[in-house]
Amino acid sequence: MDGDASRDFELPSMPAIEAVGLTKKFGALTAVDSVTFDVEEGEVFGFLGPNGAGKTTTIRMLCCLISKSSGQARIAGYEVGKEADALKIRKLIGLMPDNVGLYEALSAYDNLDFFGKLYDRTEAQRRENIQRLLTMLGLWEKKDVTVGTFSKGMRQKLGIACALIHDPQILFMDEPTANLDPESAKTVRDFILELKKEKRTIFLNTHNLDEAQRICDKIAILNTRLMATGTPEDLERSVSGKKTVVLLVQVTDAILAALRRLPLGNMTIDGNKLTFDVNDPDRENVAITDAIYRAGGQVRSVNIVGSTLEDAYLKLVRSDKT
Amino acid sequence: MRLSKSWVIAKKDFKVFLKQKKILYSITVAPLVVSILIPTVIYFAGQNKGGRLPATELMVLLPAFAFFYLILAGYIPTTIASYSIVGEKVEKSLERLLASPTTDSEILLGKGISAFLPSIGAVLGGSVIFMVLMDLVTQPKLGYYYFPNWNTGLVFFLMVPLTVVMSVGWNVIVSSRVTDIRVAQQIGILLILPLAGIYVGGELNLIQLGETNTLLIIAGILFAVDLLLLYAARATFRREQILTKWK
Repeated sequence: MDGDASRDFELPSMPAIEAVGLTKKFGALTAVDSVTFDVEEGEVFGFLGPNGAGKTTTIRMLCCLISKSSGQARIAGYEVGKEADALKIRKLIGLMPDNVGLYEALSAYDNLDFFGKLYDRTEAQRRENIQRLLTMLGLWEKKDVTVGTFSKGMRQKLGIACALIHDPQILFMDEPTANLDPESAKTVRDFILELKKEKRTIFLNTHNLDEAQRICDKIAILNTRLMATGTPEDLERSVSGKKTVVLLVQVTDAILAALRRLPLGNMTIDGNKLTFDVNDPDRENVAITDAIYRAGGQVRSVNIVGSTLEDAYLKLVRSDKT
Repeated sequence: MRLSKSWVIAKKDFKVFLKQKKILYSITVAPLVVSILIPTVIYFAGQNKGGRLPATELMVLLPAFAFFYLILAGYIPTTIASYSIVGEKVEKSLERLLASPTTDSEILLGKGISAFLPSIGAVLGGSVIFMVLMDLVTQPKLGYYYFPNWNTGLVFFLMVPLTVVMSVGWNVIVSSRVTDIRVAQQIGILLILPLAGIYVGGELNLIQLGETNTLLIIAGILFAVDLLLLYAARATFRREQILTKWK
């Protein structure tokens, strides 16, 4: 936001974030298992996964907060795990941890001013950035108010401002909308989209699939090891098969019995609505409707629904458990 | 190591302390009460003996009283350091601090400064009040002003800082093991037991606290303990350990 002049490091033309076989073990427990991915400059990269999948551990390794057990990672060309590069990396990045981590006894302004000083911003830069960030996030009027009195949404927004006070080009956000009410979550999401327009590289940990789909250019699904990487559309396509939704006038036992005799995938029943997992809708839908008519049923509508990111996510995560 | 970074952290802590009544009380009330109470007790203790305490008794009591400030020097950093470190744990602000471009040593030094300076200020400020009042109370009996003297100079300007450093180091270690400020203070305060032992030994004339050699030996022991505790505190205060092993 300050422009390039205020940055201490120019980003070379290479992936902003790079991980190859990145692994973290805590004793016998493998928290992150040989994860490989890269995030291009200006990209919003969503890191999806269930609780305990290793998302926070990965962020902590990339932010040089904890050591890696094996593998390699680079941030803007600087090597994670190399003592000489750790300070450079930390200076270059911003971190919004899963715990907002603010000083409750201090005002919003003092919190931001403190972090600005830690990142060697001059008084003028701090003043300018604090005003800009707090104004963008709708908190300027509350700048002198003690953070302890802030709502969860306000704290979350201030937490993001703290991560941006030094104008980092690479931002790590660990579940920034977790536990927020819908309005606050939308404000945070809109703000991330603003940052995306500024071509900042954003590494977003989340288990909010809708959020990931709306914001991210690329998504990785993690469950200790990396299950899949790609654009949201790639991941949706990666799930083989689609769904056929058949709305009937009435579901009877005879219809269900007839349908169960067909070699179809999973069938779910919701009132008069039947949903089938299908691989070849053109062929299988004929068999479905035919079976329904033969059993004396009447079809109101037949719809083919494509796979969603949620389908892809659930399929990958569940397949890993089995 | 960049002192400027540590100073930024210490200044932030000072701002937080100003909002914490318990810290303000421990910095101001405890030294004030001790510094006014002891001379008052000495003044009135002599009243039923036809005047004031005899000079011989005073010569035993006065050097030991100075040691009371070592107890304060052990106690005050306990309150401050527990707020400074456990407070960050409670507010979960340590991760953000650790993610900033500062080294572990710079953060630890900042935390040390923020506990050291107010403690030293409080103890030395209290000691000045104590010496002035005690001189007023004892001068008529002794015929001269007992304070200041070389030995109390050793206590206040060498042993008190060493005790504060010891307390800060001890409290860093304690803070890594607990998640509650009060528990940290309760464990941290155990440090004053050996200091209280020295004080009581002096009052009972078991330890000659008026002798320079005794003071230098105690200072030497404090220095050695400081080194050990600072080494242990530094070993405890590592990013990875803080994020993965600290409670």
